[in-house]
Amino acid sequence: MNRPRVTPLDFDQVVVDDVSRHFGRRRALARISFIAARSAILGLLGPNGAGKSTMLSLLATLMRPTSGRIRFGVLDVEIADERAPALRGRIGVLGHDLFLYPELTARENLAFFGGLYKLPDPNRAAFAALQRAGLADRADDQVASFSRGMRQRVALERALIHDPRLVLLDEPFTGLDDASAAALVARLKALRHAGAIVVIATHDLDIAEGLLDHAVFLRDGRVAHSAARPEGLRSTYRAVMGTPGA
Amino acid sequence: MLQAIWLIVRKDLTVEVRSREIAYTTLFFAVSCVLNFAFALVREGRPPQDGAAGILWISIAFAGTLALGRTFERERQSETLRALLLAPTARPAVYVGKLLGIIALLIVAEAILVPLVSLLFQAPLLAHPFWLLAVVLTGTIGFSAVGTLFAAMLVRARSRDVLLPVLLYPITVPVIIAGVRGTAALLQPEVDLGVVRFWVALLVSFDVVFVTLALWTFEPLMTD
Repeated sequence: MNRPRVTPLDFDQVVVDDVSRHFGRRRALARISFIAARSAILGLLGPNGAGKSTMLSLLATLMRPTSGRIRFGVLDVEIADERAPALRGRIGVLGHDLFLYPELTARENLAFFGGLYKLPDPNRAAFAALQRAGLADRADDQVASFSRGMRQRVALERALIHDPRLVLLDEPFTGLDDASAAALVARLKALRHAGAIVVIATHDLDIAEGLLDHAVFLRDGRVAHSAARPEGLRSTYRAVMGTPGA
Repeated sequence: MLQAIWLIVRKDLTVEVRSREIAYTTLFFAVSCVLNFAFALVREGRPPQDGAAGILWISIAFAGTLALGRTFERERQSETLRALLLAPTARPAVYVGKLLGIIALLIVAEAILVPLVSLLFQAPLLAHPFWLLAVVLTGTIGFSAVGTLFAAMLVRARSRDVLLPVLLYPITVPVIIAGVRGTAALLQPEVDLGVVRFWVALLVSFDVVFVTLALWTFEPLMTD
């Protein structure tokens, strides 16, 4: 896989320490703490509005915490810090929206982002990524003509094209059929095996079951429960949230 | 940083060449605007004195606002602006890339508007092409510098279509006035190049101030 030319700031864990985030008077997150470790998949679980996406935005350095700190390994990087661009080069994000340009082809999208991530040969990296996604034969088709599942696969490759250390995924299973979901699960396990720090925000407890190394249950912007090697996610979810579950 | 700027500009132009959405809407709107003024103000083949400069800049400002809104609407639809902000490059590179794309689109519109206004209002706009280019280009940069920043800021605001002109026009009034006065100076029977130079110098100073402020504020505005 292509490596970025920028000198990366590498890290082996992400420490979220007493982080809060407010939007005006509305509190989105309150005093969140957890550690996401290398070679592990951490799940952020909770209902809509629990603060999962906000937490991912904070981890992606798209927002600043109102209070508290996020440390990437030993680095305590502020968003405006001169090291922040190099840190962003080690983060890959798959959002609920797919961050793809529908007017561009799959290859152009991936080559564009490969170029932004300063890969030595973005076109080759794009084609290799499309082969991994099983879409090499659609490389020169506009993304607008793709199904949701195909777009999701291209978006995942976009998020991973620069071989990030920290992988942030927001509802990655939305709109995927069983085969695509299984392929994504296999890819996440491969990332874990390769030493990535994977953080997933998801509602899909059935798929998350058996995949997560650590689960953080969020409710109303607070950590309601946290468990290592979680089992029985649905029953835990019901007990923690006090609802029938996702 | 230069590579990121180039990639963003090239991407924006590729998307526009494929869709032609902004070019068509902007040009259609700008040409309609000029034609309306021509039908309203040109009487028996006689255009109003000194009207051409104002009409040209009103058309540029309105068309520019439309182009700014649509350009960032495109980045909002798949949240691609967030993806650009995640790139491992200084975030002002994203601003500069978007700014250059907007300027390129407006230059295309102006390449059609200038001869059209010149023809319909019998204005010798092309008599001093270098100075006209200087006035139009520096004015376009100043207008786009503020517009790009505001359009990026408002990308997630629900009422962005209303807020963009409300915020943009008061701030860019000095640019529009300098553009109108500089263009009007070029339309005088005896052109005083000293006056034109003054307005171009003023526009350049607006450009420097607006671009510097935008580069300085882009990252904090986009992350909080």
